[in-house]
Amino acid sequence: MTKPADQLSVYPQTLVGDQLLRFLPSADALRTVPATVYAAGVVVAFFLVAAVAPSLLQTHDPFRTDLYATLQSPSLDHFFGTDQSGRDLYSRVVQGTGQSLAIGLGAIGLSIGIALLVGVTAGLAGRRTDAALSRFLDVLLAFPNLFLALLFVAVFGATTTTLIVSVGLGCAPGYARLIRGQFLVVRNSGYVEAARALGHPYGRIVRQHIFPNAMRPLIVMITMGVGQTIVWASSLAFLGLGVAPPSPEWGALLDAGRNYVTVAWWLEVMPGFAIILFALSVTVIGQHLQDRLEGRVNP
Amino acid sequence: MSESTGLVAGEPTRAGRVRVVLHRLLGAIFVIWATASITFGVQSLLPGDRAELMINAAAGTFTQPTAAELAAVNAKYGFDRPFWEQYLHYIGGVLQGDLGESYQSHRPVAELIAGQIAPTLALTLSALALAWAIAIAVTVFSGGRDGPVARAFGGFQVIKAVAPPYWIGTILLVVFSIHLRWVPVEGGGGLQGLILPSLALAIPLSGFIGQIIRAEFGRVLEQPFVTSARMRGMGNLAVRLRHVLRHAVLPGITLSGWALGSLFSGAAVIETVFARPGIGGLLVTGTATRDIPLVTGIIIASAAAYVIANLIVDLLYPIIDPRLKQS
Repeated sequence: MTKPADQLSVYPQTLVGDQLLRFLPSADALRTVPATVYAAGVVVAFFLVAAVAPSLLQTHDPFRTDLYATLQSPSLDHFFGTDQSGRDLYSRVVQGTGQSLAIGLGAIGLSIGIALLVGVTAGLAGRRTDAALSRFLDVLLAFPNLFLALLFVAVFGATTTTLIVSVGLGCAPGYARLIRGQFLVVRNSGYVEAARALGHPYGRIVRQHIFPNAMRPLIVMITMGVGQTIVWASSLAFLGLGVAPPSPEWGALLDAGRNYVTVAWWLEVMPGFAIILFALSVTVIGQHLQDRLEGRVNP
Repeated sequence: MSESTGLVAGEPTRAGRVRVVLHRLLGAIFVIWATASITFGVQSLLPGDRAELMINAAAGTFTQPTAAELAAVNAKYGFDRPFWEQYLHYIGGVLQGDLGESYQSHRPVAELIAGQIAPTLALTLSALALAWAIAIAVTVFSGGRDGPVARAFGGFQVIKAVAPPYWIGTILLVVFSIHLRWVPVEGGGGLQGLILPSLALAIPLSGFIGQIIRAEFGRVLEQPFVTSARMRGMGNLAVRLRHVLRHAVLPGITLSGWALGSLFSGAAVIETVFARPGIGGLLVTGTATRDIPLVTGIIIASAAAYVIANLIVDLLYPIIDPRLKQS
């Protein structure tokens, strides 16, 4: 699901201000941005508006049932068709955006938080701690994350919180391993050795050199991670273990549509399409950021 | 590549090989022990009373059982004993293949899993085989080239990274079963019913395997032995098939051990899409009815499957790649 640590290379030390500036594209850089990244940006912007102010983008009331217009296939009036109660699916997908993004963001936030705690400890502590933590991570990576998430749902019941916690915990080992690798590489790099040779105190080296450099790929990880966690949470919801059906959360829409797949394909395909479009867009943006960070595209 | 140059010094002794195997076995047991411990830990976080949950799960009710009823269940399953005693009892059972008893049906979990594992294994293995077939076909024809096929495959990588198998499965179901009617919607256990589910699992996985072997394929194409084969007058396709592919598949084989684990959980979801029998249905019902021993049993069984798959890959590796025997 995530890329192995060695694919994230390490960048030479620059000033912190410089690092921030590199995320803000210059006029020249904007001209080199591929069209796909712009398109992805538009898609993400659309979903952000949908999350904050869904009524701006809705064509119908997402909760109003219409028994004369049930299970209609996609048309100009109903972009994504209507469901078994005649509700407009497109408006429902827009309505569910906020909750779905919140689940995705919550899960990735929790995941990165835990991963930082474990990864930084393993990456900075001594060899024994590192070995023990790495072995522990290996075990967590050994069993399918989906099953771990299911165990949480079984133990705590299916609620939004359980969904966020289980997806967040499930993704954490992969990120922890990435962060650990990143810290190890930076810790053993030439400039850290140089700083040590100059007699700088260890705390300062960690603060000024190791942290800023090891953390830079994190922005990319979070960007792509939101897409992944949303896909994940939707898998759980698809199995009927997510948020309860009345809510138009994307996964719940998928779960509700499952029973109608033979007569109304759009109920299943369209919410999935929204999920994939969002995940694809953040992945495209994330990969572009990663390429720029690694200097494969000249900013 | 120096098979018969009389290099005896690098050959491992029999004792050395035994030690490697033992080391791997210990590692495998460690992973299973740790998995069982983690699942036990999560179980002990269960809010509320476990005996109450059990009685309600079995009876399908939501009432408050009497103290006598609770005490009977607590005594039977040892919930009244100290935490450590329960833990040791549980781990001991797991190591002997005892995964506990289902809250719902009161049958041994190991028996329930054994009854449902065949369709899931069939799906997992056929998906793996299919993924390899797709990955190899695409790699042989596009590896080391920068044609439209290679670029299309590159674009496909991004999509497969985000397209969840359940969605691919749904699309396949809608297109091939409902609209084209090529395969029945309810495939059942036959070979015909296996086609779409394995394809849904194989498509994302073939992207993963393809990515890995394509990179290696490009590297191997630059090796001197490829040039020498071409100098002997070997055709392009023959070189690709007989010399390059053999080397390029190696990293993909390591990946397959890992992939089996992820296929197993993917299979659970795909079985739901296609309404197939198997572990997936068991898992979903178990989760929905909060049948905790069943869910943990499946987790431990799948961890064991993952560990065994990796063990086999590890032990097969020196046979596939004789160079590894030296190190």
